[in-house]
Amino acid sequence: MKRQMTGAKMVVQALIDQGVDTVFGYPGGAVLPIYDEIFQQNSIKHILVRHEQGAVHAAEGYARATGKPGVCLVTSGPGATNAVTGLTDALMDSIPIIVLTGQVPTFMIGSDAFQEADTVGITRPCTKHNWLVKETDKLANTIHEAFHVSTAGRPGPVLVDIPKDVQFATGEYQTANPSNSRYQPKVKGDMEEILELVVAIETAKRPIFYTGGGVVNSGPAASQLLRELVKNTNFPITSTLMGLGAYPASGENWLGMLGMHGLYEANMAMHDCDLMINVGARFDDRITGRLDAFSPNSKKAHIDIDPSSINKVIKADIPIVGDVSHILEDILKIWKSRGRKTNSTAVSKWWSKIEEWRNVDCLKFTQSKKTIKPQYALTRLEALTKDHDRYICTEVGQHQMWAAQYLGFEDPNRWMTSGGLGTMGYGFPASIGVQMGHPNALVINVAGEASWLMNMQELGTAMQFNLPVKQFILNNERLGMVRQWQELLHGERYSHSWSESLPDFVKLAEAFGAKGILCSDPNDLDDAIMEMLNHDGPVLFDCLVEKHENCFPMIPSGKAHNEMLLGEIDTQGVIDAKGSVLV
Amino acid sequence: MSALKLKKGSTSHSAYNLRPTFSDTVEKHTLAVLVENEPGVLARVIGLFAGRGYNIESLTVAEVDHQGHLSRITIVTKGTPQVIEQIKAQLGRIVSAHEVHDLTVEGPSVERELAMFKVSGQGEKRVEALRLADIFRANVVDSTLESFVFEITGAPEKIDAFADLMRPLGLNEVARTGVAALSRGD
Repeated sequence: MKRQMTGAKMVVQALIDQGVDTVFGYPGGAVLPIYDEIFQQNSIKHILVRHEQGAVHAAEGYARATGKPGVCLVTSGPGATNAVTGLTDALMDSIPIIVLTGQVPTFMIGSDAFQEADTVGITRPCTKHNWLVKETDKLANTIHEAFHVSTAGRPGPVLVDIPKDVQFATGEYQTANPSNSRYQPKVKGDMEEILELVVAIETAKRPIFYTGGGVVNSGPAASQLLRELVKNTNFPITSTLMGLGAYPASGENWLGMLGMHGLYEANMAMHDCDLMINVGARFDDRITGRLDAFSPNSKKAHIDIDPSSINKVIKADIPIVGDVSHILEDILKIWKSRGRKTNSTAVSKWWSKIEEWRNVDCLKFTQSKKTIKPQYALTRLEALTKDHDRYICTEVGQHQMWAAQYLGFEDPNRWMTSGGLGTMGYGFPASIGVQMGHPNALVINVAGEASWLMNMQELGTAMQFNLPVKQFILNNERLGMVRQWQELLHGERYSHSWSESLPDFVKLAEAFGAKGILCSDPNDLDDAIMEMLNHDGPVLFDCLVEKHENCFPMIPSGKAHNEMLLGEIDTQGVIDAKGSVLV
Repeated sequence: MSALKLKKGSTSHSAYNLRPTFSDTVEKHTLAVLVENEPGVLARVIGLFAGRGYNIESLTVAEVDHQGHLSRITIVTKGTPQVIEQIKAQLGRIVSAHEVHDLTVEGPSVERELAMFKVSGQGEKRVEALRLADIFRANVVDSTLESFVFEITGAPEKIDAFADLMRPLGLNEVARTGVAALSRGD
């Protein structure tokens, strides 16, 4: 069916055809025709953010919590440049988002026109792919292709730059046909490699699953298959920050998160294992610690949909390129058909070793009578919210690591955090996106006061659209993680790592018409959290916590997994001069 | 807690460069990348090399299939085997890249480069330049009473050798195309 319409109408039509129900955006001169079309329809909700960075993070939160791609619409020039941080964040964490930007008319491109920026040039390195559409006839197809590229293979952000004259002109609308796209990443794993992994599973004495965001991105089936495989093999499992929830925190084989601030048992098991099965993780430097001491005696299998992840930092003995759920399905099928064998005697010995590490109880802390320890605040938050239909976002820093350590995630898509890029200011807008995807769920953003202030303007968005997001701010009046590193590595010279002139968060909330809660006494904490949960609307929870608490366990820079610091006592003289230059 | 005893301002090392599990022998590889001939595709390839710190020894690009809308980019690069593998994987990740071939490992291949040399001189030097050009099968494509422009085609090493010989004879300008390469046989 051939349909003629304006480019602006095509944009809206293509979004509807792609099943989009929510767009996060901010209008401006170069997208006015599209906004005019949005005004004249009811299929798509438009969420007006207060800053374009907020729009992109909200779309990321929406995408991560729903499994569907997130969509943003922003104007040319500053609208596009403000989106760059979010695009880079989505690229690092493999989040499917589609950003539509307005552009000055084609005949003015290159003339330094008002609000002109070389958007495709600026965003080339921070998108999976991007397009500048110069003809209205190609617009619909390009948007369809953008959705396909963003979601197929390793997901990522894409951008379509649409000049204003292309929006005004009339052209032919084309319907989506993703199978026509040339971009068709391989999803099935190589059977020989899979068989090699199955044989390794059958004989391993000290195996471990090390899983990542790829399991979540592969969809709910991947998490189900992972759970089945872990249950049937009885192997221990740890996960990166990005992969939390793929295997339930209450699961028997769960060791907790690994990495720089991961759990002692998880890191020790990674170091001592003889078979490491990496499922959808990428050996990030926060995970590996010192490379030449990383799990020195193990055979490493690496399952990843992106061939460039394999052998990038750690040599894979069994590389398997493909989609996690396809590969896990094949592994299970072959392993079962060969008689469901494992070296169970050795594996139970391995478990008793792991039990010893577990008994160290690396997350223990002593709650004081007078001040709230951040760990205590999160323990209480966990206790009071774990039975809710709950989604957690975070900002970046100490609170993020504590949230990963002390909160339990039972299902995938329940945990939204900026892992790769470490973007302060991510969590609040992300929580808005999550709430849009799950209007009736409890959405909490665990934040630090400094991170939260980076995108605080979005409180206006939350109020305008009645999004009852709970902002749980662990306020230590410090840039806690920076302060921790300065304490450990820079001679306690706390250069610019404290927050002065902080706002009164209760009054700030009230200024926007939201609810503010201040809590500083551990005895009041439970009641205050309940007050937050019972309030139907956005809440700014200012939780004043211990100012100088450090985040442990910690693998110091330049150290191996088995050289973890468990607490204050361990930290004397452990990081040498070489380690101090690492981030 | 007390502070750690650290030397102030040590900035000489970074763990990001530690690659202990891989060989550190640097190899030279010629890669052929077939890409969609669309705006920005060369920028994607060059941006990849710049952004990830890979080397480009030479790079040539031209449309090779007008109907199919394909361009061929030939890149000569240097790196450890692991870096070369990464470069190929990263190139393969570019959505507009159709095929990535490593001509250095995929069987025998031929490499050619075209260069033009302007050599100015008089008397015996001028005669010597012409004689050497003949030996190297270089053509004279422009001539004045005091200069020649030679055109030479061959492997990059041959062109390097010719340049070395021409330098004392009055070489004052060089233009090289970079390497074009094809695999041998079918």
